[in-house]
Amino acid sequence: MSAVTESVRVASHGNAFTRSVRDSLVVAKRNLIRMVRIPEVVIFGLIQPIMFVVLFSYVFGGSLDIGGSTSPQVYREFLMAGIFAQTVTFATAGAGAGIAEDMHKGLIDRFRSLPMARGAVLTGRTLADMVQTALTLLVLAIVALLVGWRTHTSIGEVLGAFGLLLLTGYAFTWIGAVIGLSVRTPEAATSGGLVWLFPVTFVSNAFVDSSNMTPWLRHIADWNPFSATVQACRELFGNPGVSTSDAWPMQHPVWASVIYSVLIIAVFRTLAVRKYRSAAA
Amino acid sequence: MPGAIQAEGLVKTFGDVKALDGVDLEVPEGTVLGLLGPNGAGKTTTVRCLTTLLRPDSGRAVVAGIDVLKHPDAVRRSIGLSGQFAAVDEYLTGRENLQMVGQLYQMRAKAARARADELLEQFHLADAADRTAKTYSGGMRRRLDLAAALVVSPPVMFMDEPTTGLDPRNRQQLWDVIKDLVSGGTTLLLTTQYLEEADHLAHDIAVVDQGKVIAQGTSDQLKARTGGERVEVVVHEREHIRTAAALLDKYSLRGLGQGDTTVEEHMRKITTPVSGGAKLLAEIIRELDAEGIEIDDIGLRRPTLDDVFLSLTGHVAESAQSDDEEAAK
Ligand SMILES: Nc1ncnc2c1ncn2[C@@H]1O[C@H](COP(=O)(O)OP(=O)(O)O)[C@@H](O)[C@H]1O
Ligand SMILES: [Mg+2]
Repeated sequence: MSAVTESVRVASHGNAFTRSVRDSLVVAKRNLIRMVRIPEVVIFGLIQPIMFVVLFSYVFGGSLDIGGSTSPQVYREFLMAGIFAQTVTFATAGAGAGIAEDMHKGLIDRFRSLPMARGAVLTGRTLADMVQTALTLLVLAIVALLVGWRTHTSIGEVLGAFGLLLLTGYAFTWIGAVIGLSVRTPEAATSGGLVWLFPVTFVSNAFVDSSNMTPWLRHIADWNPFSATVQACRELFGNPGVSTSDAWPMQHPVWASVIYSVLIIAVFRTLAVRKYRSAAA
Repeated sequence: MPGAIQAEGLVKTFGDVKALDGVDLEVPEGTVLGLLGPNGAGKTTTVRCLTTLLRPDSGRAVVAGIDVLKHPDAVRRSIGLSGQFAAVDEYLTGRENLQMVGQLYQMRAKAARARADELLEQFHLADAADRTAKTYSGGMRRRLDLAAALVVSPPVMFMDEPTTGLDPRNRQQLWDVIKDLVSGGTTLLLTTQYLEEADHLAHDIAVVDQGKVIAQGTSDQLKARTGGERVEVVVHEREHIRTAAALLDKYSLRGLGQGDTTVEEHMRKITTPVSGGAKLLAEIIRELDAEGIEIDDIGLRRPTLDDVFLSLTGHVAESAQSDDEEAAK
């Protein structure tokens, strides 16, 4: 037993950063094991976006004007960046519900009583969510290809688009973390994580060409952080319907998307870690 | 010997509720303090303040020689906590749960795994080590939770109502585990609603009610404070009742409001309120013997902790009862 205590002391001398990385990975592994043991979560997470891909492609395809064209194929290619982006933001609800459940079950108390790095419980959770998001995107991309979505750029640009999507999703899970730490039940975290996402993802360029919107809505849509990611993806995929608006985020969507994500992470990570440290289950 | 746990004037308010209203505690190294009180007394809040989970509004606490408010991280390295509800991940196996906790105590993966195996053995969970905790019974989860609190053999342990909701067999098993632990020198602060449990496991008992420690001492001291100790004698021959009653009456505390010597003729039983414990009992036996009175039974009847609680708070520990009913559902 004294040998064990000894190794604890020795290990705790590691510097704060490596300790933080190591702890985050331990927690991420725990969340990934849970994901494998509760595959329903991943599967249900796929149904909704797949339904959107199919429904939007066949119902709206041909009836919406994208850059002067009403061809169903044009709409399909236009649509996918929007659905991919919407899907990654839905990870918010998963992160929030998971953290709220951990609070509810007393696991957060256990973690908080351990000599572990401050933000590791939350970072571990958001990293695991990013793995789930990547998996979801992969399946979704295959379904999109099946209904006729194509990219017209280099592989590097396509991968860059998926990288931006993952970064956006990761940023949004930190908003989920704050929600999860603020509510009393996992159910509240799920609905609280979702409701505000509908206006955010619909008042954007995701499903319709924002140039058809009334000016004030269009203004919001153009500056919506979510629109920046969609616009960047369309550009990087070589898909139609890239907005010609002269709003800065629409002119520099990749930069805008990165800046927005980093800002969201900086603000919400700080808030989440502060809430975590004073969490009262 | 310095106190392994010291708290001075802990105050914690939640909105209008004064959960802690100046809690003072001192637990000497290597001893067990039972924090006894009904639901809502402030037991959990006290534990949360001492284990760095909650910052008190005012007051001071030192655990394992470290100031809790100034160096919470150092305190975390020296304590183990088993909270009021078993905090295990249901979708992880017993082994995975313990290994994770070990790694978060900054142990290397391999060392954490070895320690997990050791603990699973010690807590009779080796057979269930590779099953998810979801499949565990309430008692098994509790044991796993306790094992998780012991991963680094911390010198100071906190257990918040470790046996609430367990059936008698599991409770007994957990008591054995806890006794084992403290015989190894661990300092333990244990909260409970069970008077019997505090009596059984703790060297010292602190009775809390409405955010205050209203009495502290050994179980014997608390009982003595309540008074109500009595000697009961059953004589063999009916004709000896009178003589024996007169003899016992000499030791009676009559006049202190403790009542008179009573006689139950049909049972040949005489009861008298006394104070002085076992020494007195020996003296009475000698005297009865000298008088040639043969006895069938003699005993010192002590008040239970229920009596203690009632006399200290003026109300019975009802909530413990209702909690039991809830747990039984
Ligand atoms: N997080 C909280 N928010 C509001 N009130 C609380 C909170 N935690 C505890 N309380 C209140 O503080 C009092 C003491 O609670 P607690 O310490 O849990 O008691 P015990 O563990 O002895 O049952 C109760 O009245 C309880 O309702
Ligand atoms: Mg409690």
